[in-house]
Amino acid sequence: MEGFSLYYHATQALNNIDLVVPRHRVTALIGPSGCGKSTLLRCFNRMNDLIDGTHISGRAWLDDLDIYAAATDVSTLRRRVGMVFQKPNPFPKSVYENVAYGLRIQGVRGKSVLDDAVEQALRGAALWDEVKDRLHDSALGLSGGQQQRLVVARAVAVGPEVLLLDEPASSLDPLSTLRLEELIQELKRDYTVVIVTHNMQQAARLSDYTCYMYLGALIEFNETEALFTNPREQMTEDYVTGRYG
Amino acid sequence: MMGLREWLRYGVPQLWLSAAAVTACMLMTLGLIGLVGYKGLAHFVPRAVVAFNYPGAEGPRLAGEFVAHERVPRSRVPDAAGDADPIQRSLLRRGNREYVAQEFVWTQDAAIHNLEYPHDIMVLERREWGRLYGYLRGYAAQAEQPFTTAFSHAELQRELQHSSALRQRIDNIERGSMGRINAALERLRIERRRLERRGESATRLDAQQQALHSEFAVLSTRLQTLYAGLRAPRLLLALADDREVQVPLANIVRAYQPNALDLVGQTALYLERLWEFLSAEPREANTGGGVFPAIFGTVLLVLIMSIIVTPFGVITALFLHEYAGHGVLTRLVRISVNNLAGVPSVVYGVFGLGFFVYFVGGHLDRVLFPHMLPTPVFGTPGLLWSALTLALLTVPVVVVATEEGLTRVPQAMREGSLALGATQAETLWYIVLPAVLPAILTGLILAVARAAGEVAPLMLVGVVKLAPALPVDGSYPFLHLERKFMHLGFHIYDVGFQSPNAESTRPLLYATAFLLVLLIIALNLTAIRIRNTLQRRYGTRSE
Repeated sequence: MEGFSLYYHATQALNNIDLVVPRHRVTALIGPSGCGKSTLLRCFNRMNDLIDGTHISGRAWLDDLDIYAAATDVSTLRRRVGMVFQKPNPFPKSVYENVAYGLRIQGVRGKSVLDDAVEQALRGAALWDEVKDRLHDSALGLSGGQQQRLVVARAVAVGPEVLLLDEPASSLDPLSTLRLEELIQELKRDYTVVIVTHNMQQAARLSDYTCYMYLGALIEFNETEALFTNPREQMTEDYVTGRYG
Repeated sequence: MMGLREWLRYGVPQLWLSAAAVTACMLMTLGLIGLVGYKGLAHFVPRAVVAFNYPGAEGPRLAGEFVAHERVPRSRVPDAAGDADPIQRSLLRRGNREYVAQEFVWTQDAAIHNLEYPHDIMVLERREWGRLYGYLRGYAAQAEQPFTTAFSHAELQRELQHSSALRQRIDNIERGSMGRINAALERLRIERRRLERRGESATRLDAQQQALHSEFAVLSTRLQTLYAGLRAPRLLLALADDREVQVPLANIVRAYQPNALDLVGQTALYLERLWEFLSAEPREANTGGGVFPAIFGTVLLVLIMSIIVTPFGVITALFLHEYAGHGVLTRLVRISVNNLAGVPSVVYGVFGLGFFVYFVGGHLDRVLFPHMLPTPVFGTPGLLWSALTLALLTVPVVVVATEEGLTRVPQAMREGSLALGATQAETLWYIVLPAVLPAILTGLILAVARAAGEVAPLMLVGVVKLAPALPVDGSYPFLHLERKFMHLGFHIYDVGFQSPNAESTRPLLYATAFLLVLLIIALNLTAIRIRNTLQRRYGTRSE
């Protein structure tokens, strides 16, 4: 990502961000509320397009695909860059249909193909054992933590390269959070993960790289251990040690 | 003890006030339905028939059913008998319309003598002239035959069954075989016109036409014999004043001796008459018989309207809510749609007549049926135009309800779908639309409730007092959208206010109104059931 800025009407929400997200690693975005972490995250799969009045400058790349080029197909991009939201948002369909949805809209029809893909995705999201007997019950009957893992499975099912997680644990209880964190550790073997979090311990536990943002600007980006133990910037140090504000 | 301020602060009076308002609404609704239902259903109960001596112009002896009793001040009755004030008087339905000056007469209770309930008095429900009250005196099977006086009620019932079987056969020939031949002849006639317009010879149709004509002739002779057999038998009856009259058996729908009926017989008769009301066609300018064509027309109209209005309203709402920008134009469109709901329905009728019937229908005729002109096919009021007019009338309701439903679909759900690489159209189709289906159904329920009771616009665009045929029948293309049809709402207007015999049709009016209310309730309950099922399946609540 080079010299990337995003404006919301006249307000600048992201300011000239340069960032390289390493492949097959977990990268955490931290920073105080309103600093633009989520906005930055949503730039990777152009979810900000949905909000009226946003426009950008600079460039963003996925490998050598120019994300914001006019010729880029947003649907294809979003298949390569999956996303999990703050609150679990399963569709009001069965567990099976939730996971199969992404494949169905790609035109996958064969029942056995779908069955396999659904099982694999649910196993990948560490949910299979809990739901294998109620695949055709409504997904809304699952617990919050299960729903969030279901949403991960849904995102994984379409075979993305990058997974964007927007505070995925913020509405979960500690136990569910723990399971989700274990899952994220698993996921990084196959996917590049970018996670937004408010929770510094979580960032420290989970991520290989951490990126501290403040007021739409990228203050510091480093390996997690280095950033937490030996921050280069004073602002970062204030924040990670809790002296911020 | 609670002070007044506290009392107000906790909202006690407001609570009571709203509870009272709800109760009042419930009572009024239930009271109305109860009254209409009671009066309507009581119409089919067989009443006792009385006979009594009565002085004065109508006398000396009267027979009939009492249909109302009232107490009036003496000053309002010109020839008051006795010296009581107020006077008790009763309305007597004495039937026999062709023999007496007034079918309904007020009789003063004080002047009635020798009141009895004759066991053998008979009520005849007739195809013409309404009811007849009299005593069975004789029967003749052939036209010139003298009457045999030994003829029991049971024998009469057997003859009536025979007669109605005969009528059924005639009906089958007239509507079945002859109808087919007529339709074939009509096709030939049109084919001939078409050929002549093109300047070709039409002689090759002659043989076909000839065959049909001779087939028709055979059927007519058969029909004539059947008709002769149907019309020959006559009954001899004595009226209350001992006059003897003849009644052709073919004219009788039903004959019974109400005073001789036990509870089982009464119930059977009640159900038979109720069934006739629901399943038969009206007779005698809608003053008797059933209302089946009107029920059928109403239901069909509402169904066709629903089929038209749902996609139309939903697509409008989807565009307004999901695609259109938030500019002045969108707001203007939305306000206009909402205001459409306030336009008086008769204005829609005028619009429908001018636009749909004369403009669209007229042009359709010129393009599709030039060989039929000047007889219009679609250029005249009919079922399709009525359904379209009602659809126009109810489209705002569907649009508003659908838009409200769309607002309630969580943004997170759309984002979830989009983030998986679905396009906006796919998200709309697979995620948003299922979630908004219950709201659409709600809109449809409101639309149906509004449309089913609507009469004014229909009078201009397709409803008639008496339709010769149902809009659905066995001849191609089975659903005849261009036909005129009957409608319960209009039937109420017609029976209630255009009838030549208001007094005898009043109970029928209650029955029809009750039926219309029941029908609307049934339609709504069906829609509500479907909505609840959908809500369970596609509920949007994620908690």
